[in-house]
Amino acid sequence: MHNPQLNEDGQLMHLLSVEGLPQKILTQILDTAASFMEVSARDVKKVPLLRGKSVFNLFFENSTRTRTTFEIAAKRLSADVINLDINKSSTAKGETLLDTIDNLVAMHANLFVVRHASSGAPFLIAEHLQRIGRDDVHVVNAGDGRHAHPTQGLLDMYTIRHYKKDFTQLRVAIVGDILHSRVARSDIHALTTLGVPEVRAIGPETLLPKHLDKLGVHVFHDMNEGLRDCDVIIMLRLQNERMTGALLPSAGEYFRHYGLTPQKLALAKPDAIVMHPGPMNRGVEIHSAVADGSQAVILPQVTFGIAVRMAVMSIVAGN
Amino acid sequence: MSPLPNPLPDAEAQCRQLAELIRPQLHKNPALVGIFSGGAWIAERLKTLLALEEDIGMIDVSFYRDDFAEKGLHPQCRPTAIPFDVEGRHIILVDDVLYTGRTTRAAINELFDYGRPASVAMAVLADRGGRELPIGATYCVWDVALQDGENLVLGRQEDGQLAWRLENA
Repeated sequence: MHNPQLNEDGQLMHLLSVEGLPQKILTQILDTAASFMEVSARDVKKVPLLRGKSVFNLFFENSTRTRTTFEIAAKRLSADVINLDINKSSTAKGETLLDTIDNLVAMHANLFVVRHASSGAPFLIAEHLQRIGRDDVHVVNAGDGRHAHPTQGLLDMYTIRHYKKDFTQLRVAIVGDILHSRVARSDIHALTTLGVPEVRAIGPETLLPKHLDKLGVHVFHDMNEGLRDCDVIIMLRLQNERMTGALLPSAGEYFRHYGLTPQKLALAKPDAIVMHPGPMNRGVEIHSAVADGSQAVILPQVTFGIAVRMAVMSIVAGN
Repeated sequence: MSPLPNPLPDAEAQCRQLAELIRPQLHKNPALVGIFSGGAWIAERLKTLLALEEDIGMIDVSFYRDDFAEKGLHPQCRPTAIPFDVEGRHIILVDDVLYTGRTTRAAINELFDYGRPASVAMAVLADRGGRELPIGATYCVWDVALQDGENLVLGRQEDGQLAWRLENA
């Protein structure tokens, strides 16, 4: 099947989803990000790669961390960054998504960073660009609906590789609201592609998608059982704003069963790392003693995220 | 400029010659920066031969190349590492082959993002002509003429020895 993310030579043109990307490309992104980590440690935190290029941040859904780290990443690549507050602009006046894109292309946009509440919106834009013959304009998915959040997935992989070196001996647990989580989906595809032998999903039945086993994921409803001997624990935010209907009795009840406390963390390996894509709900999915503890790598994840986004933007813009 | 000898010269012996060319400048306390990958190997040799205590720097110019628009990002880039303060230092950039001068240009630009050096010199094992920029080697062991499409490549053998090979594009 044709993969709209890749060009004829199999190089990454758009980053829309981790799903369907070969291991070689994931590794290339992680390796390139390692080089960009060094740039962020310099006095002059800037390289001239995207000088003269325009990066448009199109956030149709709110986000502070992701939008900011994309903006920092683009600026460190010397691109010009334009942030569009879509909710207050043309969309509110009735313009369609693709009309908005055509107008921005007419303003000489080179790269779109897109966050959208609808799954597939970045795909739609990439296909549209191909249809109008603009293979010099690139799309990076910054989170679409429940579908994918590939740069978060990749920065999670960077974090795991940074602390654990080798993917092929790991037991990784993803805990919480996997049903509504695009992060979880991207993580599962990335972990599997990079050769992690055991991926576990932990959560109540109402928050786990069906057919996880078809992705090779082991399902646990008992957190104590699921965390045993894990090397990596990825906590997910309880997505209140996406919760439809009564999937849970209460936040307090959820914390009792699926909140990561120091006692539960002790069941994992002693050197296990704790990750979270943020923003955290302390006392809902994670205990403060864990969030601020020595095994948490939640803030390094944010720093790695800038380097990973620099890598993704510079790779797609060059292809 | 001499034609290509057969067999190709001993790269290890050339490293020793290059070290002797640099030795008179040691009173300036120069710092070595090798350009990946060949230049970094040569810089390691020079550090040993000149008994320098300071670790060498290593530059990967992927983020500073002028052909990004045509070729994109090199699929295998490595982190640049400059383990000393560039500000006010006499820097010797080290590379294996000096050709168009574009890599050197990129390396100088990258270096200046770390600070303002007192001076930048260039040391190479081979100068094959063909310059496209006003750049020259300060220290060079071997001036050599190559045909278009011929490439001189420095490799590191299994025993760690550096050796030249000729590749046809």
